[in-house]
Amino acid sequence: MKHFIKGLFSATAATAILALSAAAQETPTSGGTLVATLTGTPRVLNPAVQSGIVTGLVGAQMFAAPLRYDDGWNPQPYLAKSWEVSEDGLSVTLNLQENATFHDGEPIKSSDVAFSVDVIKAHHPFKSMFAPVTSVDTPDEHTAVLNLAHPHPALMLAMSGQLMAIIPEHIYGDGQDPKNHPRNNEDVVGSGPFKLVEFKPGEHVIMERYDGYWEEGLPYLDRIVARIIPDSSARAIALQNGEIHLSTFESEPTVVNRIREAEGVSVSNDGYGGIGPIDWLAMNTTKGPLKDVRVRQAIAYAIDKNFIMKAVMRGTAKDALTGVHPDSPLYNPDVNSYELDLDKANALLDEAGFPMEDGERFDITMELVPFPGYKPQTEYIKQALSKVGIMVTIESVPDFPSWAKLMGTLDYDMSLDSVYNWGDPVIGVNRTYMTSNIAKGVWSNTQGYSNARVDELLEMAAQENDQEKRKALYAEFQTIVNEDVPIYFLNAVPMHTLYSDKVQNPPITGIWSTSSPMDKVWLKD
Amino acid sequence: MDLVRSVATRLFYAIILLLAVLVLNFSLIHMAPGDVADTIAQSMGGADAEILDQIRVDYGLDQPFIVQLGSYMGRVLRFDLGYSYFYQMPVTDLILQRVPATLLLVFTAQILALLIGVMLGVISARKPNGILSHFVTFFALFGYAAPVFWTGILLLIGFSLKIQWFPVAGMRDVTLIGGFWVHFWDVVRHLVLPVIALSSIFFALYSRLSRATMMETLGSDYVRTAKAKGLPIRSVVYKHALKNALSPVITLAGLQFSAVVSGAVLVETVFAWPGLGTLAFQSIIARDTPTILGILFFSALMVIVGNLLTDFALRAVDPRMRARG
Repeated sequence: MKHFIKGLFSATAATAILALSAAAQETPTSGGTLVATLTGTPRVLNPAVQSGIVTGLVGAQMFAAPLRYDDGWNPQPYLAKSWEVSEDGLSVTLNLQENATFHDGEPIKSSDVAFSVDVIKAHHPFKSMFAPVTSVDTPDEHTAVLNLAHPHPALMLAMSGQLMAIIPEHIYGDGQDPKNHPRNNEDVVGSGPFKLVEFKPGEHVIMERYDGYWEEGLPYLDRIVARIIPDSSARAIALQNGEIHLSTFESEPTVVNRIREAEGVSVSNDGYGGIGPIDWLAMNTTKGPLKDVRVRQAIAYAIDKNFIMKAVMRGTAKDALTGVHPDSPLYNPDVNSYELDLDKANALLDEAGFPMEDGERFDITMELVPFPGYKPQTEYIKQALSKVGIMVTIESVPDFPSWAKLMGTLDYDMSLDSVYNWGDPVIGVNRTYMTSNIAKGVWSNTQGYSNARVDELLEMAAQENDQEKRKALYAEFQTIVNEDVPIYFLNAVPMHTLYSDKVQNPPITGIWSTSSPMDKVWLKD
Repeated sequence: MDLVRSVATRLFYAIILLLAVLVLNFSLIHMAPGDVADTIAQSMGGADAEILDQIRVDYGLDQPFIVQLGSYMGRVLRFDLGYSYFYQMPVTDLILQRVPATLLLVFTAQILALLIGVMLGVISARKPNGILSHFVTFFALFGYAAPVFWTGILLLIGFSLKIQWFPVAGMRDVTLIGGFWVHFWDVVRHLVLPVIALSSIFFALYSRLSRATMMETLGSDYVRTAKAKGLPIRSVVYKHALKNALSPVITLAGLQFSAVVSGAVLVETVFAWPGLGTLAFQSIIARDTPTILGILFFSALMVIVGNLLTDFALRAVDPRMRARG
């Protein structure tokens, strides 16, 4: 009950603040077509069976989640008008909007919530989101009670953004495999503010406002056209010449800085905390010199992160010292920042038993996967480590599956990588450090890292409902990982939203960027 | 009768070639580490190991190589190119959706490059040291040397950003309302820059080749004889010499049929042109085996058809070919 009142209070306060600031600004006008971009073709439009930012942009418009999040990481009402976490933390009650309907006019019922949880549990790539949910009770049409095997604070974030799409049981419950259901990409019947008009792979996804949307007057836009433009330079030019209004998840520093100086367009890196992308240097802790923590620490001291931030990222990226995104309330900045210190690096390497001979200590390989922006960082790291006698050979890997195989089987020494938090650490962080998740495919614990205390902390934090205690547990976890250096954290991936000044209420608020509904976005003439 | 036998032999070899293309490529793709489950996981921001295993079972990737190959070839022989793992639709539908855009782009670029390339090649052959000849040589070398994606970006900056004459990306403006002609002109506007970028490569090939062959032909005895007979120079060049000089150009144009996929990949990616090139590129990145094989099948088919058409065209312009049967 305490959580319910707290939730209701914060929701009311946030609504009041929003209302005041909106009144101070211009009055939104309805209508118009927003042209946004997708960096690739979505494999599936239904976010219940497919994650990822491309599916997220369109999926979050067509399918609603129970909650949305504000800038302060507080849950806000969405399909659930209110919610209640039981005192023992073993159940979460969702009270649904009573007038909400799917795009075919059928009411959204608690049984649809129960069905959606079942589908997501079985088919969504992030199993940890709903694994502790044992059953969903539906005492009436508008109340769904999620029963848990143990307290599971990550559930709140798992019920927001694109992560928990409420899908219609009367469509997807026809016995066909929801993963490959024909209605995932055609004749989609969603629960969100926009409905599908046309999906042409390689070209666009067109959506139009759903007139039966439960919230009066929303959405403001008549249409959203999501154009598939894979090339970042082409997207930037299209934005500058007015062909498109909005481009999200832009992380190419030169493109971001060029748009920053352009007229009629704005740039922001707000609103990506939930996605939580971090660039890092992964190290295989199971073999060779990298087994020794002193060698890994020496590598961290030998890399001048400020150089990378200035020369490679060109001032577009935020610093990241741990595996938790710096925008997260669980981020712990009070850890060793490994400022450049070649003397310390040399001393650590000597101590580890790798003496310098003719300017060299040992050879090591670094995989280079063809991801945008990886090449300059890899080449810089090779050059930086040579100063302390670590001779790096760069191995170019032709494509993602080849690289995934090397990483997933611990058949590598070092590699750059970018991994997303996906809201709560239980969803996107734990997977990298848990001993139980070593070498379980791409973006598992591909460092072979194992620390009993880290396992214990992550287990405890996953079930701790008290936010302050939870924060302390994750703080200790971040300190240990920072000292063990299975990963050297470089920076938050500089994801930016580029938007025309015509776009009002752009998706830079909240924590999910365009992986959340754009029902309040409107266009100024 | 010789012609029928010749066509039948060619068709037989074409079928063998198509099957070989599929078996070889199927084997090569399977030899590479990793599979489509990894790329599906990539598109999802990661995936649980259980989900990865399930994907492999769903698509039969857990089966031995020979079983997978047999099953695929069996489907192909029943004219079924399979189901795209990544796009979740039949490969044939996927390819047919993309073919018109690529054909429009590649054929427009080819025809433009062929007409202008041959014309300028002939003109510069007549005055090899003239200003126009140097001008053509410069542009040909530029077109051949400049990476096509760079040319594409330059064209975008020049004609879409600085002077906003042409749209940046895609094949049509879906927000446009109007009749047939409105949409027709919209497609033409979208087509201009990708065609210029793509034809810059073809133009280089055709203008250089036609210039060289034309210079050689103009130096031959029969041309000298024709000139000595007092025939007008225009008639000598365009009626007698050009016909003979065209043979190598036609052969080269025929070979460029394979560019339906290869040449268009970069241009389509830069201009977000919804064609087969981008599909090929994305399928290779995604390790979407059925789609890659489907595109290679289609590409091999285009080369074979291109070669046949080249033969017919050569017969039309060269009596010696007709005489050979």
